[in-house]
Amino acid sequence: MPLDPSVLRSLITTSAEQIIASAPELTALDQAIGDGDHGVNMKRGFEAVLVNIDSITSQAPGDAIRAMGKTLVMTIGGASGPLYGSFFMAFGEAITKGNRIPEDLAEALATGIDAVSARGRSKAGEKTMLDVLVPVLETLRSEAGQPDLMRRVRATASDAVERTAPMLATKGRASFLGPRSVGHIDPGARSSCLLIHAICTTLEENP
Amino acid sequence: MSDTVSIVIVSHSQDIAKGAADMVRQMVGDEVKVAFCGGNPDGGLGTNVPRILDAIEAVWSSKGVAILVDLGGAEINSEMAVEMLPPERRECVVVCNAPIVEGAVMAATEAAGGSSLEKVRAVAEELSAS
Repeated sequence: MPLDPSVLRSLITTSAEQIIASAPELTALDQAIGDGDHGVNMKRGFEAVLVNIDSITSQAPGDAIRAMGKTLVMTIGGASGPLYGSFFMAFGEAITKGNRIPEDLAEALATGIDAVSARGRSKAGEKTMLDVLVPVLETLRSEAGQPDLMRRVRATASDAVERTAPMLATKGRASFLGPRSVGHIDPGARSSCLLIHAICTTLEENP
Repeated sequence: MSDTVSIVIVSHSQDIAKGAADMVRQMVGDEVKVAFCGGNPDGGLGTNVPRILDAIEAVWSSKGVAILVDLGGAEINSEMAVEMLPPERRECVVVCNAPIVEGAVMAATEAAGGSSLEKVRAVAEELSAS
């Protein structure tokens, strides 16, 4: 079954509203170990997505998610622009090529993870957004078919954010701090968790 | 006019980008085209993919364009901008792994002599070798 247009719109608006509402929290996290702009940058990007929501969602689901990614690239104004932009552009591409939501969510997510990994030249374990996305993918695969899969994925994402605290940052601005990055959760991991939660909740409410 | 490699300077700060471009112009002259951009879409510190694309377009040369960047966000946003170019242009733009001011001056000096994009990049990146 193709993704229903109203569910698609809800997925995008819920995600955007969650990020915008959480901008102060993301900024506070980034002030601890980054340059303090993650919240305001993500907010700018997702506000632009909401401004363009009609034209974005007038397209087929894969194209719509690609357009959302491109909007983020053009408006975020920091490293998270290309990272989240590449994620959603690859995710949309996977849907265009036949991955279906929610059935093939894991495959589309895997495509997005590969894009983030290539763009950032990074992998899980380096205190980045991948430290949420990769465990989420593992749960989607290992718990596939469970009636409360979305709840399990949300729990995985929340736990994964906390597990970035003891990690030593070796990528991104936090790596400049070396050992002083230890003890703080990663802002990009937190924003990825917020997006995963928004997506899971929306899919749960629209089975 | 497009018989030399052009230079694009991408900083998180408009002032740093402009300052680096000023130094290139004073030290190398006007025979190499130089464009610069800095700041996020709201004018604060950060990067801006549409403006990076505009800067590449402004100094486009058939010999290629070498981009000099400051911190990681400028590098990753410049790489993203290059990927958004038409396919036939992507091969003619490189993001140099070099310090922004010294790299821009060295790259422009090399470009002024008519060197290839590969040579311009190599000279700029020698600064990062040690």
